[in-house]
Amino acid sequence: MDGTGRFGAGEAKLVVDGATKHYVTKTGVVHALEDYSMAVREGEFVCVLGPSGCGKSTLLWAMAGLHGLTSGTVRLDGEPVVRPHPQIAMVFQDANLLPWRSLIKNIHLPFEIKGLRPAEHKDRIDALLDRVGLTGFQTKYPRELSGGMQQRASIVRSLSVDPSLLLMDEPFGALDAFTRDEMNLLIEEIWLETGKTIVFITHSIAEAVFLADRIFVMSARPGRLSRVFEVDIPRPRPLDVTTTTHFIELVAEVKASIDHGKPVPAH
Amino acid sequence: MPSDSQLKDQIPEFHAKGGGDQEVSIANWSGVTGAIGGIRTWAEIAAIIGVAVLIIGGAELAIRGFEVPVYIMPPPSLILITLVTDFHLIAPHIGVTLTELIVGFSIGATAGFLLAAVITQFPFVEKIVAPYILLLVTTPMLALVPLLILRFGFGLEPRIIAVALASGPMVMINSATGFRRVDLAKIALARSFGASTLQIFIKIRIPMALPMVVVGLMIGSIFGLLTAVGAEMVGGSNGLGNRLAYYSSLIQMPQFFACIVVLALIGISIYVLFFWIGKRWASWES
Repeated sequence: MDGTGRFGAGEAKLVVDGATKHYVTKTGVVHALEDYSMAVREGEFVCVLGPSGCGKSTLLWAMAGLHGLTSGTVRLDGEPVVRPHPQIAMVFQDANLLPWRSLIKNIHLPFEIKGLRPAEHKDRIDALLDRVGLTGFQTKYPRELSGGMQQRASIVRSLSVDPSLLLMDEPFGALDAFTRDEMNLLIEEIWLETGKTIVFITHSIAEAVFLADRIFVMSARPGRLSRVFEVDIPRPRPLDVTTTTHFIELVAEVKASIDHGKPVPAH
Repeated sequence: MPSDSQLKDQIPEFHAKGGGDQEVSIANWSGVTGAIGGIRTWAEIAAIIGVAVLIIGGAELAIRGFEVPVYIMPPPSLILITLVTDFHLIAPHIGVTLTELIVGFSIGATAGFLLAAVITQFPFVEKIVAPYILLLVTTPMLALVPLLILRFGFGLEPRIIAVALASGPMVMINSATGFRRVDLAKIALARSFGASTLQIFIKIRIPMALPMVVVGLMIGSIFGLLTAVGAEMVGGSNGLGNRLAYYSSLIQMPQFFACIVVLALIGISIYVLFFWIGKRWASWES
């Protein structure tokens, strides 16, 4: 099944319709994305799962309006996304904090860009910092923070402008396993509390099964949608859900679909 | 897209603390400033004083012991005494050299920085301009001084122009390296929040370039000092370079070396000044 087939476009928060992206390089044309379609419901947590270099990031950057598509469209609430949209915020790989700014100045960056006064949003920023356990670290510089703390600061930066859609590009890929578990738990909690729509890119099957309502599996280049899995594990999901038989079966099922590799025709 | 850790390798670390385990290089600059600021134990202080006494005292003893004539090499004590007693003779020339340096460097550095900022935004223009910049960097601007004197006379103007021509390309070539250091992820971050091209330039590109700009300013000002002194030697009747030529022609070596000590102090002051500017504005640390 493909993403759009299940819902009318009217109900979906985010629709990707026939997204195709070709890059022209010195060695020829790279087909990064090929006729990729998916629809994300309001308030849904979706993971896009695929091997390295399958075009996941290309897809996410197109969703963020950071680059265009060769053909196809991205629509947010029915509106085409062709440039960065105020309702969309992105969390990047490796936190992507600016090393010359303190933590709080990093969080002020989107406000400065949008011409807003951070002081007027101080309560919101402070509440978010408190929520992720970074109160008291405002004046620290990124190099003084651990990888997990940097990524928490980056999440606060994205949430502080109150977007309705959060795009996360393998945000915890560089973290150690313990920190990663902790961050997965935190992002699930924040999602349950705020009701944001989240599109989360990962190449970890376990991470996808732990976090997602639905998992969109991508095939390797050219990036195509190969399968969609529903994850019916009830929320909130504690960390020890990963040791249950059901969880392990789901992981095995997703893994098998990737190993066999062949795109399953939509029906 | 390079990550922070990769970039760190290319970015001078002004924040680096002095200490035995730090590599001494132009990149962390701890050789001078770090050592001054980072001394921790009495043993280190004793060693530094001991070595200084050994070198200066050794020179004093050797010169006196071997009865080296003053017109060849005056002993350090005589240089120091001359510096104090004849300071009133040297002082006006310090002012002349500093004026040439500050005015010429300000013009050259401003032009170099602005050109680097503009040109790096247009890779094609950069390719065309690069050979000429390299030519300006590698050609000693001192060579132009006789020509400049013909056109502008023996006043400060030809020297200021020479200083600007020597320092500008140094500032430009280093600033351009800084501006070329593009981190696509950081630019994408700013764009994802709706930043304009100008906002990306001010909030991302300039801060990323700043450490290299400061290195360029430091190297440019040192080149400016060399050029100012050299230009004064070529023609005119004032400035520290002129005094060097004057005292050596009269074989007044204590005065000659006193001028050299002053020049060395100016050079070190420039180095320390830009180190602190780098630490304050481009260290990426409070």
